[in-house]
Amino acid sequence: MPKIKLPTKSPHIDMTPMVDLFSVVLTFLMLTTTMRQPEPATVDTPASISEKPTPDYNMMTLLISKEGGVFLNVDNGGDTLSKFRPLILAEMGKQYNIEFTEEEKREFEKLPMSVGVPMDKMKEFLDTKEPAKRKLLQTGIPYDSLDNQLASWVLYCRQVNPKVNACLKGDSKTEYPVVKKILNILQDKNVNRFNLITNLEAVKIKDENTQK
Amino acid sequence: MAEIIQEEKGKGGKKKAKKHAPHIDMTPMVDLMCLLITFFMLTTAFSKSKVMEITLPEKLKDKDKKNQEAPRIAKSRTLNVILGPDNKIFYYTGMVEDPKNPPVLQVTDFSPTGIRALLLERNKALFNKISQFQADVTAGKITIPRDSVASAVRKLKNDDDTGPIVLIKAYKASNYGNFVDILDEMSIVGIARNTFVDINWIEEKMVETALGITPTSAQKK
Repeated sequence: MPKIKLPTKSPHIDMTPMVDLFSVVLTFLMLTTTMRQPEPATVDTPASISEKPTPDYNMMTLLISKEGGVFLNVDNGGDTLSKFRPLILAEMGKQYNIEFTEEEKREFEKLPMSVGVPMDKMKEFLDTKEPAKRKLLQTGIPYDSLDNQLASWVLYCRQVNPKVNACLKGDSKTEYPVVKKILNILQDKNVNRFNLITNLEAVKIKDENTQK
Repeated sequence: MAEIIQEEKGKGGKKKAKKHAPHIDMTPMVDLMCLLITFFMLTTAFSKSKVMEITLPEKLKDKDKKNQEAPRIAKSRTLNVILGPDNKIFYYTGMVEDPKNPPVLQVTDFSPTGIRALLLERNKALFNKISQFQADVTAGKITIPRDSVASAVRKLKNDDDTGPIVLIKAYKASNYGNFVDILDEMSIVGIARNTFVDINWIEEKMVETALGITPTSAQKK
């Protein structure tokens, strides 16, 4: 009886198909990836059934942390190219009598994250290059009635880019009075339509539909 | 991932170029790619966040606008929902300042058997209409462009005149999560009319009595 000729076969496995497959996966991941941006505050957004994706353009995102700090992210992502940020910063500087150099404006434009720095610290924030120091300066935009810088930010964002939409990204543990106050400030500036950023919770509505 | 490269034998080694197999070892490349894939998978924010749109009623600023009459709504159709602390929801029907029968505050929560059941019960007619419509669309009974499904549902909601008018109010100890959750419930159940209004001091007092806290805001006005 002829023996099975297994041992004579080469123990070598051809890796080429594996490489091919990996290349495809890698290319896909590289193309679809949007890097997670480091945010000054970690925010755990609430869930909803809304399936509308976050728009890429004309966004003004207000990040509301659990402690009630507010951070503004404007023109990041899709429309960084339109260079609204330096204009907004210049307007803010005009109001608070701070002269920003071209370099500082460029630095502000390049920032990949939300900014929550009081105006008097803004220059210091833009001049320093250390991430740790920057993080310390990110204390949130003041929004009380005495020093309502958030209102000015919102005003100039809308002045520079009239098409801007307000987006709220709050932590689910944020206390309601804080949110109410911010909504009031926005409404004072005639922003009445808001996008609330949420996580998709698809299972919920599926259950709902099958039950009924 | 070691491998054994076998030398090719048999052709007698006439040409020196053919002595080595034209095989390139792919293993290190695979290793590298594994690493890269892992890196990208971990850094990718796969699920893009979604947005929920809300439109709040415009604030009245001008004096002449202040004289504008408030919209009249049927008392029986209103449902006042008050967001309380610890994910509690209080609700009552009717008017808060009703001397004849003062409203009775009832407690519920965010579970499917809580506020959702209540809203579904009140909104049965419209909800059935919407789900019937959606079922018809999926079954192919109604042919309609996909884009116009949402607007058709909106029209159904606009035509509704039986469902509740939900007035959402938030007690100060509630949080943002509750705020989003209740709006979410509205869209799940398909409530046609809901709006956010400021909490009234009587309601605050009612909530506080229900919670057993000494009222804080009663003396305000």
